[in-house]
Amino acid sequence: MQTLLGALINGLALGMAYALIAVGYSMVFGVLRLINFSHGSVYAFGAYMVYFFVSLKVGLFPSILIAILLSGLLALGIDKVALEPLRKKKSIPIATLITTIGMSFIITNTLSIDYIFGSEKHGFPSLNLFGSLMIGNITIQSSQVIMLIVAVILMLALTFIVQRTKVGLAMRAIEQNSKAASLMGINVNFVISFTFFIGGACAAIAGALIAGYYGIISPGMGSTIGLKAFAAAVVGGIGVLHGAVVGGLVVGVAECLAAQYLGSNVRDPMAFVILILILIIRPTGFFGKKGITKV
Amino acid sequence: MLEIKDLVVSYGPINALKGISLTVKEREIVTLIGSNGAGKSTTLSAITGTVRAQSGSIAFLGEDITNMAPHRIVAKGVGISPEGREVFPALTVEENLRLGAYTRTDKGGIQSSYDRVYELFPRLKERMRQTAGTLSGGEQQMLAIGRALMSEPRLLLLDEPSMGLAPNLVVMIFDLIESINKQGTTILLIEQNANMALSVAHRAYVLETGTIAIEGRAEALANDPRVIAAYLGGKGAAERDA
Repeated sequence: MQTLLGALINGLALGMAYALIAVGYSMVFGVLRLINFSHGSVYAFGAYMVYFFVSLKVGLFPSILIAILLSGLLALGIDKVALEPLRKKKSIPIATLITTIGMSFIITNTLSIDYIFGSEKHGFPSLNLFGSLMIGNITIQSSQVIMLIVAVILMLALTFIVQRTKVGLAMRAIEQNSKAASLMGINVNFVISFTFFIGGACAAIAGALIAGYYGIISPGMGSTIGLKAFAAAVVGGIGVLHGAVVGGLVVGVAECLAAQYLGSNVRDPMAFVILILILIIRPTGFFGKKGITKV
Repeated sequence: MLEIKDLVVSYGPINALKGISLTVKEREIVTLIGSNGAGKSTTLSAITGTVRAQSGSIAFLGEDITNMAPHRIVAKGVGISPEGREVFPALTVEENLRLGAYTRTDKGGIQSSYDRVYELFPRLKERMRQTAGTLSGGEQQMLAIGRALMSEPRLLLLDEPSMGLAPNLVVMIFDLIESINKQGTTILLIEQNANMALSVAHRAYVLETGTIAIEGRAEALANDPRVIAAYLGGKGAAERDA
């Protein structure tokens, strides 16, 4: 019972962090109908920037803030440099897709260059800032509680932005009909940049939270987690914010339970086992809308 | 107010517009009529910047807006009710109207625009919390026009506002077009229903396969035998349509 509870708490905390990454996939998909596979590398970049500025003795929180800003700019830059030119040329969707995968490799491998950070693992400052709490046999680390609280607050903030602000209204309009949105006077490219920035910033926060929980970073850290978060976004229904949360939580809890009861080798594939099961039962994911195609 | 000179637009090897010139003056209703594929919608798309002009120029309020980004053209005071309405189906009526006022920041002014649109289209007020996708075709057309009015445009572009509407609704929409114009908005109207268009417009242009074939005062065109034969379906059909 207690191991079950421990796995659940662990799963919920990780799941919310996955949700933070998943929204990046989801929001970009919303405005562009594009799966941005460079997103995982932005997550890794975010964690590395925290590590880098902490090593310059900037302090943990200022470092995280700088990392958020830089990662948002990196995501925005990826769009401006590599994706927007393709949109202007009206290139086929697959070209954009492979470009995002290419950007992911470029960023990951740049991080692992010897003169930059190197391919080896680095220790990351722990976010277990307030120690751990023992309830019976269960240990709840404060890094888990921080992860959960920060992610919940951010998801609420994102929901507010999308549902209640002018730029959020513009995002929802572009999602439905980007040409009509431009005829409303919406600067579509600006809103797309904003979306990439927000997605990148959230990925950096997730990077700091997860690296601060495991205490370790490596250049390839974004590849598996990026794919898991993508699976979470699809499970919840891509393009839907609360879908990303539910998808993230389902994936997080499932993999922690699997690790607990079936062994740690089963952890990573769980996201995809769930993905396949959900897609067979409900092809649009939990909250997905039917008939989303780019017009 | 709007001055188009020698505008050429091509889609690949096909010249959709082969050098057309037209003007719209302050407070006028000008209509552009012509059959399917004559280039009417292309003209509007060029004005709003959603298709590229190969050559020629488009000036609005004396400023060159040729190939400017659509959102910048809209911000200068051009409102459009596009062909096929293009409302945002998953957003509410109110959100659709709010998007029409996207370029504005004056809260009080936006509120009075809501009031004006709800006064013109009481039906939209009844349905303000409904999503646009649940509206009937006629209501969506009202929403598309209302949404365009939310920016308080100097120039209102209407693309086929009568398309797919029942005859009584067509009459209602055209009455509204006249009253919007009397409130001071300049209108460029594109219509297949040439009969109705000529009845409200001051001046008219007839577009035939990418060139302006005939132009003049609307009443003159309504009595022009070429126009009657080609677009008003002979006199009997004109009366039937009316």
